[in-house]
Amino acid sequence: MSSAVATPPPPAGAPLTKKALTADHPTWCPGCGDFAVLASFYRVLEKLQYPHEKIVTFAGIGCSSRFPYFVNTHGGHFIHGRALPFAAGISLGNDDLHVFVFGGDGDGFSIGGNHLVHTARKNIRMTYVIMDNSVYGLTKKQTSPTSPLGFKTKTDPTGAIDQPINPMRTLINSGATFVARSHATQVNHMVDMMLRAAKHDGFSVVEILSECVEFFEGAFDAAVPRKGGTWSLIDEKKHDGTPEDEKRHDTSDEVAAFKLAQQAWPGSFGVFYENKTRKTKNALEAELVVKAKERTKNAADLALLQATFARMR
Amino acid sequence: MVSPNTPETPGGATVPSGAPRSIHDVVIRLAGNSQDGIQSVGGFLARLAGRSDQDIMTYMTIPSTISGGPSIFQVRMGTGDILSAGDRADMLVAFYQHSYDAHIGSLRPGGVLLYDSDHVKPAADDNRFTNVAVPITSATVEAVGGTSKDKGKNIFVLGLIARVFDLDVAKLAALIKERFGGKNEDVVRNAMLAFDAGYAWPQNNLRDLFFRFEAIDRAVATNGRPQVTMDGNIALAYGLITGGVRHGAGYPITPWSSIMETLRAELPKYGGIFVQCEDEIAAVSTALGFSYTGQLAITGSAGPGLSLKMEALGWAVMAEMPLIVVNVQRGGPSTGMPTNVEQSDLMQAIYGSHGDTPRVVLAPKNVEDCFYIAIEAARIAREYSTPVFILTDMGLSSRIEAFDEPDLPKLMVDAKPDLSDRGADFKPYPRDRLTRHAPPGAKIGSGKYPTVTGLEHDELGHPTGSPKLHMQMTAKRREKIKALAASLPAPEHAGDSAGEVLLVTWGSSWGPGREALTRIRNAGVKAGHLHLRHIHPLPNGLEQTFARYHKIVVAELNDEGLYGFGQLTMMLRARYANPSIVSVTKTDGLTFKVSELVAGIGKHIESTALEASAGTARKSVLANG
Ligand SMILES: Cc1ncc(C[n+]2csc(CCOP(=O)(O)OP(=O)(O)O)c2C)c(N)n1
Ligand code: SF4
Ligand SMILES: [Mg+2]
Repeated sequence: MSSAVATPPPPAGAPLTKKALTADHPTWCPGCGDFAVLASFYRVLEKLQYPHEKIVTFAGIGCSSRFPYFVNTHGGHFIHGRALPFAAGISLGNDDLHVFVFGGDGDGFSIGGNHLVHTARKNIRMTYVIMDNSVYGLTKKQTSPTSPLGFKTKTDPTGAIDQPINPMRTLINSGATFVARSHATQVNHMVDMMLRAAKHDGFSVVEILSECVEFFEGAFDAAVPRKGGTWSLIDEKKHDGTPEDEKRHDTSDEVAAFKLAQQAWPGSFGVFYENKTRKTKNALEAELVVKAKERTKNAADLALLQATFARMR
Repeated sequence: MVSPNTPETPGGATVPSGAPRSIHDVVIRLAGNSQDGIQSVGGFLARLAGRSDQDIMTYMTIPSTISGGPSIFQVRMGTGDILSAGDRADMLVAFYQHSYDAHIGSLRPGGVLLYDSDHVKPAADDNRFTNVAVPITSATVEAVGGTSKDKGKNIFVLGLIARVFDLDVAKLAALIKERFGGKNEDVVRNAMLAFDAGYAWPQNNLRDLFFRFEAIDRAVATNGRPQVTMDGNIALAYGLITGGVRHGAGYPITPWSSIMETLRAELPKYGGIFVQCEDEIAAVSTALGFSYTGQLAITGSAGPGLSLKMEALGWAVMAEMPLIVVNVQRGGPSTGMPTNVEQSDLMQAIYGSHGDTPRVVLAPKNVEDCFYIAIEAARIAREYSTPVFILTDMGLSSRIEAFDEPDLPKLMVDAKPDLSDRGADFKPYPRDRLTRHAPPGAKIGSGKYPTVTGLEHDELGHPTGSPKLHMQMTAKRREKIKALAASLPAPEHAGDSAGEVLLVTWGSSWGPGREALTRIRNAGVKAGHLHLRHIHPLPNGLEQTFARYHKIVVAELNDEGLYGFGQLTMMLRARYANPSIVSVTKTDGLTFKVSELVAGIGKHIESTALEASAGTARKSVLANG
């Protein structure tokens, strides 16, 4: 709810702190994994120190998609599954902005699945954080596209029967140029992944396993050591010429990334794939403008339009 | 030559052969296959008319199958105002037997049938027309020489037409050279060979046909600015550019595609961007993202794509995000009649989506208006922070018209996003003022950054479940559209200011409506014509106008529906509770013929008590159109 008294703005040039970034108190259930994602995001922004007004936080619909209300930046709450094409408009509309999109597994992989593929293949510059709880939280426990086989939900009372998608494989295959995976119980790792994603020049995605304590308790315990699971980090190549380095993961190797994505549950965490050479759509569109302006000898808008009408006489 | 399109023209006297007879206007229908280039003949004639202060209206059907299918192009050109494409043709040019078979019915008795005698055999016992046989195919091959292909038939026919109607050959030759000039010299030379051969064709009875358009009073006809010639989609695209729109997103569909293709090619020159998206949902979403950055964007489609955009449109209304949505209407539902015209998406434009979603709907009346309405749509979208629909149609999208070149320096809008700092009291959704979003990049004095949202919200954009706030914000969204209504100019009205009947039209029916008015008034009916460009909100004060007529006949290209009324008629009846408001509707996929409107009006008014006073001429016009 709105507070009647506005807090005084921080003095110009003051560093961007968690305090300045905090907005409404989250409405999530106590214990929801999404709180940790939010806390990590504040830390990411504190580290990045972007100008406050240039940060945009956007989302679709779902528990996780309430995120923008809890972050004091420009932002918005769009419709279910369509935050990526909206964010594409933001990113392509103003290249100066730092665009972050948050959402759930249903929002991203089900209703928004087609948009995910195309935003990835076009490599539109933004950072997308998928808070995967393998269930529909907001609508109270229906099967999601990442629900494991056999998981009992209100729409699969005898257990899920449809093959779930493999997020890492899907993302790499779509052409996302930065693909990473993290876990909401590992704050430092989340911060590291989101930070690298934000710095990546292109469409970067971090899938974070974020437990829904209400409808899928314990879903990701297999990766939580204190619950008896294994936390397996991707050992990235250091390019130091040592023999050990041979065995390390080369994040620019798509085939190796696919192999990692095939590991048995709960799999590995870290950066699966990173392509630093493919141009962003932002850059390609800017080139189109430069070329068009060269052809028209930088004619002013009015002169250009008048010349066009003269040709239609 | 007495054209049924201007029945008041006196005529019928025999004129010695060879001497040009003066005519007011002529309707020529070219029927062939899509690869014969008959559209380009139409294009040449249209541009010639544009350069000759003649008025022009074309009507084109292109098969939606890519190539080879039957295709027609109808052009009406003449002196003075040409408002509709013409009910029936004065001249039919038939390239093939199937063209003859399908279109001979559209030729008026006494008209001219010009046919390719290499392909067409007209019915031997049909002597209603002046038949002119020309071996178009072989004559073209012979004229161009060196190839057995009949490429250039269209230009040969253009030469024939130029001869028959005494057109300005020098201007036509210049147009041909402009058109083909970019290609190699052979192409221009071959085109001119074909044109000259057609112009010089010695056929005897062709020489007997010789018409010249009535002289035009230049002082009246020109305003000093030259004419430009284009179709409605191109006019709309350049209207958007003139209105300062630099961003857009879409997905291809007939007949909308040429707008997005034009913008995709043009916007980068203006520093803008048009994105081809993966579907229409992504397109409306991306356009809204552009608008959110402070740069009003356009998306568009035809009916099926508009259906996909509807959820996001609800968001745009709730979040109060400016947006231009173009719907180039075609025959529906579903894939329907994709290359035919219909006005059946009106209710979708006004009420489509979910919840209470007041927004703005405009409809251009002709090709020229496609240009001006786009500028107006952009202004309204920005000023009221609202989605604005432009409901155009298949007829306007492909029709070529010549119109006065717009005063571009005066009209050009420079719309840069406003990234200036906002004060500490900034609210995205103030209750006492129009919403003006602060785009990302703008500093907010309070340090509290706004959230644009589809959830019901308070003035600062925070979600709320408060019934009171929902009522207040619903009213805010409603009242701003009502404020717009109060600012709208009175709609265009012609004819008698009171009387038996008021014809109401919207969209592309303006021209036929105006001609129908002339025809019924000439037959003695006291009548007016009201044309609506602002469909939603309606301008204030229409009830006073309606009250001055016994019947208000609303002409619409859609079905009479379950209750016997077209879609706009339903709206008007609901709003004004006036039982005299009735409909003339049709769903044959073609624009209104003047005769259909006249006969439609006749059905409604000849059953009234006024009939007693009716003369026979009036009765015949109202019964037959
Ligand atoms: C068009 C549309 N369909 C359905 C819904 C209902 N709905 C809201 S959120 C949601 C699923 C949420 O699941 P997920 O994206 O995984 O987010 P979570 O709540 O689990 O974080 C659904 C089906 C909607 N808001 N809009
Ligand atoms: S329902 Fe689940 S996902 Fe939603 S807030 Fe509660 S715990 Fe989190
Ligand atoms: Mg979920």
